[in-house]
Amino acid sequence: MKKRKPAKILNLILTGVGGQGNVMASRVLAGMLVDAGYVVTIGETFGMSQRGGSVMSHLRVSPDEVKSPQIPAWGADVIVALEPLEALRVLGVYGNPDVCVLSNTRPVYPIGVITGELGYPSREIIMEKFSLLAASAWMIDATDAGVRLGNPVLSNIVMIGALAETGLVPFNRGMFAKEIKKTLPPDKIFINMKAFDEGRAMIRQGPVALKNL
Amino acid sequence: MNKLLSPDKSTVLFLGNEAIARGALEAGLAVATGYPGTPSSEVIESLAGVAARRNLYVEWSVNEKVALEVAAAASFSGLRAMAVMKQNGVNVASDFLLHLIASGTRGGLVLVSCEDPGALSSVNEGESRYFARMLEMPLLEPADFQEAKDLTKWAFELSEEIRNVVMLRSVTRMSHASGNVVCAKLPTKSRRAKFEYDGPVMDSQTGPMISTPVVAKHRLHQEKLKTVEALFEKSPFNRYSGPAKPKLLVVTSSVCFLYVREALSMLELERDVGILKLATTWPLPPRLLERNLKRAEKILVVEEVLPFLEENVKVLASAMAGRIGVKTFFGKYDGTLPAAGELNPDIVARAIGGIMKVKPKTPPASYLAEVKKAAALIPAREQTFCAGCPHRASFWNIRRAIALDGREGFVCGDIGCYSMAALSPATGYNTMPTLHSMGSGTGLAGGFAKLSAFGLGKPVMAVCGDSTFYHAVIPALINAQHNRADITFIVLDNAGTAMTGFQPHPGLPVSALKETVPAVDIACVCRGIGAKVAVADPFDIDGTSKILTDYLAEKGSVKVLILRQACALSPEKKGKKTFDVRVNEELCLGDACGCNRLCTRVFRCPALTWDSARKKAVVDEVICAGCGVCVSICPQNAIVKAQGNM
Repeated sequence: MKKRKPAKILNLILTGVGGQGNVMASRVLAGMLVDAGYVVTIGETFGMSQRGGSVMSHLRVSPDEVKSPQIPAWGADVIVALEPLEALRVLGVYGNPDVCVLSNTRPVYPIGVITGELGYPSREIIMEKFSLLAASAWMIDATDAGVRLGNPVLSNIVMIGALAETGLVPFNRGMFAKEIKKTLPPDKIFINMKAFDEGRAMIRQGPVALKNL
Repeated sequence: MNKLLSPDKSTVLFLGNEAIARGALEAGLAVATGYPGTPSSEVIESLAGVAARRNLYVEWSVNEKVALEVAAAASFSGLRAMAVMKQNGVNVASDFLLHLIASGTRGGLVLVSCEDPGALSSVNEGESRYFARMLEMPLLEPADFQEAKDLTKWAFELSEEIRNVVMLRSVTRMSHASGNVVCAKLPTKSRRAKFEYDGPVMDSQTGPMISTPVVAKHRLHQEKLKTVEALFEKSPFNRYSGPAKPKLLVVTSSVCFLYVREALSMLELERDVGILKLATTWPLPPRLLERNLKRAEKILVVEEVLPFLEENVKVLASAMAGRIGVKTFFGKYDGTLPAAGELNPDIVARAIGGIMKVKPKTPPASYLAEVKKAAALIPAREQTFCAGCPHRASFWNIRRAIALDGREGFVCGDIGCYSMAALSPATGYNTMPTLHSMGSGTGLAGGFAKLSAFGLGKPVMAVCGDSTFYHAVIPALINAQHNRADITFIVLDNAGTAMTGFQPHPGLPVSALKETVPAVDIACVCRGIGAKVAVADPFDIDGTSKILTDYLAEKGSVKVLILRQACALSPEKKGKKTFDVRVNEELCLGDACGCNRLCTRVFRCPALTWDSARKKAVVDEVICAGCGVCVSICPQNAIVKAQGNM
């Protein structure tokens, strides 16, 4: 696996819809990176902001310094999205020609779409926008993988496994195993490792992988 | 091992609130109290998790004023104590706080206020820093996670140095952000509680804890503030970084320091602009300010939300004008920075860039053009009640009852997730034209109900959550009952303080420390004041609607309906489905039905979506929580349920 060691700061945005496990995913990622010796700053909001709304965690991985918990506009290096529309939304504020996107395919429809007042872009359009706004992009059916493993919320771990395989962030399977042992009850370890491996396999096989643009 | 108890010298990723909790533990905290409120709740939650190991008493108090009183009793007995709340909680505690500062304290007492610039999880953008000035209380503001821990620890020492309460102020972007923290030692000795009160009245350490004689004690307190000022002059938490003679001096505090540093790096102005980062923001240390204000002619003050620091710096600068020379100030007063909402690195970069005539870098124009095209395709994602939320069912019932009654009844709102009923996208049937502070819905309803003599004939309702009921509703409810206000009062009892993360409250038989405690029953309290009381399940649409319709028709005084159904995200419900719900496509008539898509257009459950190709309603099984309420609303009975996994 190729690894990009941030000699300077790496800015990662994890996004999705409240309830998809965004906060847990950002903690797991950050925990691994702190153990690897980086200074990590996570910025996020939770509380009422998560009730059906868009959520974002800003992860800033620095070799030496605490950073602002909010990444500046156009400043993301990597965007991981548990919901595809949210990837697009984040690209519109934090994107730049060098950004890499890893997105789940499964939509969670906003209330305005459910009522019929607003439209939701098709998967093809979202993929086209990724190709225009990102240097590389991957789309995987992480929710489906979670459902197959027995719980759709495992999609967040599927995404972390996939992220490991992209090599965009310096962590691996061993670090993940060590991290979840600290935070999860023993009976949850096996299924989370399976979800992680499922995500890695999806990137390796590239079933819905857009391309390395 | 609980990470809050990590060993000396270990580096741990702490949430800002966990760093505050760790700092208190390192200071030898004995008692911690609070009322849940975003972004403050994790301080008490994390301390409750280590209470047994560290021999702490931790409680979720009924409200912030009582929290501060319980903490003060520990301080009066020589123990170190902390009361934790969100910004508007300080308003609730402020009456006691005024008198507490006058009486003085003994064991270190720290008031932690976690504030919410930009109102990310609040219905206000309140600033409690002005309380520090108004009530003459030392104020500390950490600028990163390490400081959140270290300043908290120091706050206890400072409190004991001056024998008075010290306030530590955090903000959402600090409390709910996380970063590396290097831990120090946890103390091994604990203190014994001892309360003395037989000494002289002016001796706050042995005499009675009272605010009188008022003027004499006030003078004594103001002398102590001179000690505070002297300590702040030497504080290592106040730091200048940058060139000796910068072209611009930025004075800042709290998380804004990180924004300023980021902005200077974005603009590549690190060698031109200096930063004076202040952690001790009231009272300001004048000599430190004088030394640093001398450095530059242009001064920008960066802070959230109101220009508190700016005002205080300007007051000092005017007094020392002869020695520091003429200055040009930039900040909120001249509009360089917005006077409302939270800041971020981009806003700060634009402000500094404007003064220094440097533009922040942006992607190429062709990229921005594509961004603009993509933005047009992105639908907004409004907050809404979760799938399976009892509030959606409750407001559905309320709306039905109001419609059947036909007199345009309305609901006075209160603070909780159910506040979203005041926002139209949350539900298609908003009925809540007022929303203020905790308990105010009931107070307002009691007021509206007395206006029938002046021609306001609409039925008046009020809602509140179970935790809110205990916090501030009881006086308003007694007021309504005693003054014969004709209101229908609805408790949306979802079995916990759900919005902030299921903290227990006095209605539950469990404490913050997971001990079994007596539950104070809402129905008994309401019956005790003489109100009529009914209890129902909001998922029972027919039963609940009937009670509400009867209540609205009934003349008299206070009628109480307690709607009991646990939050869909509560630990006992999460991941379990009472019912497997699906749409029978043969029965759903779609656009051909006369219902005008009642389920998706009006009911607005995130799990009930519309297949625009097939023109039918669809249940998204991944999102559906299995409450089965939608089954009751479809006029075609096209939504069907089967027993789920519960």
